Amino acid sequence: MAVSTRPRQALVLATTLALALSAAACSGDSGDGDSGSTSAECAAFDAYTGNDGTTVSIYSSIRDAEADLLEESWSQFEDCTGITIKYEGSGEFEAQLPVKVDGGNAPDIAFVPQPGLLKRFADAGKLKEASAETKTMAEANYPKEWLDYATVGGKFYGAPFGSNVKSFVWYSPKLFAEKGWKVPTTWDEMMALSDTIAGAGIKPWCAGIESGDATGWPATDWIEDVMLRDAGADVYDQWVEHTIPFNDPKVASAVDRVGKILKDPKYVNGGFGDVKSITSTSFQEAGTPILDNKCAMYRMASFYANQWPEGTKVGEDGDTFAFYLPAVDPAKGKPVLGGGEFTVAFADRPEVQKVQTYLASGEAANTRAKLGNWVSANNKLDIANVENPIDKLAVEILQDKSAVFRFDGSDLMPAAVGAGTFWKGMVDWINGKSTTEVLNQIEGSWPK
Amino acid sequence: MTTTTPVLAGEATAEQPPRTAAGRVRKRLNSRTATTVSIVIALLWTVPTFGLLLSSFRPEDEIKTTGWWTFFTNPQLTFENYNEVLFGRSSSSGQLAQYFVNSIVITIPSVLFPIALASLAAYALSWIKFRGRDWVYIGIFALQIVPLQMALVPLLSFFSRGVSLGGVTLMPAWDLADEQKFIQVWFAHTCFALPFAIFLLHNFVSQLPNELMEAARVDGAGHSKIFRSIVLPLITPALASLAIFQFLWVWNDLLVALIFAGGTRDTAPLTVRLAELAGTRGSEWQRLTSGAFVSIVVPLIVFLSLQRYFVRGLLTGSVKG
Amino acid sequence: MEFEDFAPKLSMLLYGVIAFVVIIGGLLLLLDVVPNYFARRREAALVAASVSTTDGPAPPPSRRLRKPGEGLLGLAFLIPALLLLLIGLVVPAIRTIILSLSNGDSTEFVGLRNYGWIFQENDIIRVLTNTLGWVVLVPLLATGVGLLYAVMVDRARFEAVAKSLIFLPMAISFVGAGIIWKFVYAYRGDGDQIGLLNWLWTTLGGEPQQFLNNAPWNTFLLIVVMVWIQAGFAMVILSAAIKAIPSDIVEAARLDGVTPWQMFWRVTLPSIRPSLIVVVVTITIATLKVFDIVRTMTNGNFDTNVVALEMYNQAFRYQENGQGSALAVFLFILVIPIVIFQIRNLRRQREV
Repeated sequence: MAVSTRPRQALVLATTLALALSAAACSGDSGDGDSGSTSAECAAFDAYTGNDGTTVSIYSSIRDAEADLLEESWSQFEDCTGITIKYEGSGEFEAQLPVKVDGGNAPDIAFVPQPGLLKRFADAGKLKEASAETKTMAEANYPKEWLDYATVGGKFYGAPFGSNVKSFVWYSPKLFAEKGWKVPTTWDEMMALSDTIAGAGIKPWCAGIESGDATGWPATDWIEDVMLRDAGADVYDQWVEHTIPFNDPKVASAVDRVGKILKDPKYVNGGFGDVKSITSTSFQEAGTPILDNKCAMYRMASFYANQWPEGTKVGEDGDTFAFYLPAVDPAKGKPVLGGGEFTVAFADRPEVQKVQTYLASGEAANTRAKLGNWVSANNKLDIANVENPIDKLAVEILQDKSAVFRFDGSDLMPAAVGAGTFWKGMVDWINGKSTTEVLNQIEGSWPK
Repeated sequence: MTTTTPVLAGEATAEQPPRTAAGRVRKRLNSRTATTVSIVIALLWTVPTFGLLLSSFRPEDEIKTTGWWTFFTNPQLTFENYNEVLFGRSSSSGQLAQYFVNSIVITIPSVLFPIALASLAAYALSWIKFRGRDWVYIGIFALQIVPLQMALVPLLSFFSRGVSLGGVTLMPAWDLADEQKFIQVWFAHTCFALPFAIFLLHNFVSQLPNELMEAARVDGAGHSKIFRSIVLPLITPALASLAIFQFLWVWNDLLVALIFAGGTRDTAPLTVRLAELAGTRGSEWQRLTSGAFVSIVVPLIVFLSLQRYFVRGLLTGSVKG
Repeated sequence: MEFEDFAPKLSMLLYGVIAFVVIIGGLLLLLDVVPNYFARRREAALVAASVSTTDGPAPPPSRRLRKPGEGLLGLAFLIPALLLLLIGLVVPAIRTIILSLSNGDSTEFVGLRNYGWIFQENDIIRVLTNTLGWVVLVPLLATGVGLLYAVMVDRARFEAVAKSLIFLPMAISFVGAGIIWKFVYAYRGDGDQIGLLNWLWTTLGGEPQQFLNNAPWNTFLLIVVMVWIQAGFAMVILSAAIKAIPSDIVEAARLDGVTPWQMFWRVTLPSIRPSLIVVVVTITIATLKVFDIVRTMTNGNFDTNVVALEMYNQAFRYQENGQGSALAVFLFILVIPIVIFQIRNLRRQREV
């Protein structure tokens, strides 16, 4: 173990062994990353030192390659502060976190992507309020709209970290250039373009809402995005807070607007079949016909950049790129639908608070962004550190002062609706049920 | 299992030709239908798995655009899927070997404990007379329906908070770290396996001939001796099948391991890694095809090696002994 | 690095196995020693009683001593299992019942409201009929196929291989099986079919079908997956039972000149009856609890929902502990007929 090449490896190994043997003397040895790094490199982390040899556990839904980048991004933090971060990612995160918490085995920090779930934990008194340092750091770096989602009953529980922008439409710049089609800037232009494309013998839209046990969510994103455009941000807020009923005419109008695209056999579903094929097409596959010119447009979040087959060039001059889903009435501003995860803590040990504060910092966001494939609403994020063109576009939109940002509504609603009847209702809707019938059903399922 | 009479040279009598000509014809006819029917079933049952096997050797874009049967007209083979599964690219989660060892460490005690405890319990419920035993048995039987998911929180709380009654600590928290968490997993798997194990073994143990037990008792053998030298050898096939099912259940389990061991490479089993291979957004599911085969190999070896305990001769021999 | 990583794990395994040997061995030893001690005392008491018969009314020591001794001994055999069951299942079961009487985040008592909710759900009738379909068809088909196969390949030349083929699906997890079959049913509107079923269908001249979208056949297609898995279970148990039929009975029947058909109905079936019951009961309970298959393949959409999946969703996805627990208790109620059947079965067995 003495011959390990990288200090981080030595650190991990030392801790593992030390813990395994329950050696009492571990704290002194495992912090030896300290001496390995020069003080200049560590200057940025001065504020977080003083808890050498402690361990903080983080639990989130981020796994595999993306988890590697995450761990890489805080490795220097670990080296300089001597705090070991024990990371665990799980695909069953949403179902397991409550089990762990109720069972008395909560992680120190969790990255919760649903403000609804965050609120449940806060209400149950399980979450620890963020420290003053974390709060100051978060207020300096994130827009108020974002912090509101992590504030329950006047208490602030944790800063956002990663984010994504959902209001994107993917298309093929090559095909558009070849046919002389222009990227639409208003809703009406987009509908006119759809007719033009359909006239050219190409299905203008692709869609797919199959996603295993989360089937239906891409359709709910569609509805939310249009709700934000059709009825405006205020009505949107009333809708997710249930101060207007789910079957309100304003909601029905937004759903019908989506229906003009998703339920019109002239427009969908390029490469897969008829309208109903949307329900059985996975959202991962749904955009790929764009590359074969079998369909022209696919509304999907920024993270879809990672779903294209290997070798696909994403960019304004590449095989595929995305444009901002245009507003219905540009005078009302630029509505943006997005999502992200919040770094909340179940423990208030000093080292936990330090990690939480660090995660809210510009340092953390820039370090992670440099490694690629990552976007954050952190306003300290230097756009030069974002490499991927679609991520650049997303960061621009997030930092745009004129943009009206709203969080993904299904993540704000009670899970019984937001991860249940809303998803299922949309599947039924695509599969042929009427707007009224579906909206009444969802309204009936809202927990009393 | 229902009668006492030892079998004489089973194989030889079985192969004896039928006496009459008609019987011979019947036998031939019968064996032909038998063969046909079994081939049809075997084929139906194997095709989906075979498709999966073939898919696991096909390149990603081929899997996603054409059916596996096109392999026969357009054969394209790759080991890329296996390469990714076995030597994965994720450094944080490490390579498969780690998880493989974890799976084995989790599985072996999780199979041994419930089988041993269940066979003891099944014996007591069948051959030791005490009041209310039938109700105990029925109660255990009914526990099979308790959904595993509902048991997770209380059991986790039992480990992490201990047991206290009215402020008095009856048992402290376990406070296990890293590798020690395997103990929790063994404990949980043992609890969850017992109702079915006791139910299955009770059925076999209670069918054992009464005369055999009486004879042993007359010889002065106690319950412990009867259990060891008569019951255990006689229920070997049942133990073998139970071992297989429990093995499979534990080997394929994701939920119990994730809750009680956690998802890090220190303790997480193969299933956790395989689930991870599908990618955070599930887009890399072509890797599941090869992952599934990597994970099937061990259960299959276990099945094949335990299969010999099902053969007739063994049972006969043990009755005599 | 490699070995150092494995060493603590392997030593844990070693501890585990040692613990197993110590616990089970110790238990058996204890069961050996303690009754012997009692037996010796009883003997001594008997001897003492026979020596001084005039000392008042001698109690019948054998009766009195043996009964409690037996009970105690039975308890000793049972105690480890009972303790684990108490911690792992009885306590959770009681907790579930209590939760089912509380609201979503278990903060207030709501009486039977959650049970009322079950029957107010719009599509609850559909969920119940689906569950009924599963519970009737899966045990029937899986046991039927398993039994047929076990009989057919018994003593065939390639028995081991043949059995492994049917057993193979057992070795795949429910989720894995769901993924495999999703492939089989996959649908493509244009271009090449990637699903086997649609390929066969279109080759025969049909229009491509979205099999999983069309009720009620989609439920049947999901049931097929469960049958595919459970037939291996039925086959393994029934095959072991068939092999345990004493061959003198078989031989005697053969000498009587019975047809294979009669042989099956008069000899094989009655002999394996107990195992058959085990198989049917086990598969029935497993079917009531199964939700992974539905979750992976349709997530209960298109009218394929079942009680167990709804329970899982309510309790774990929607954080509605009360409603989820009520559904769990409801599942328990559904099993009561099987429990009654089992009690009668046990009675009959004891009478023989």
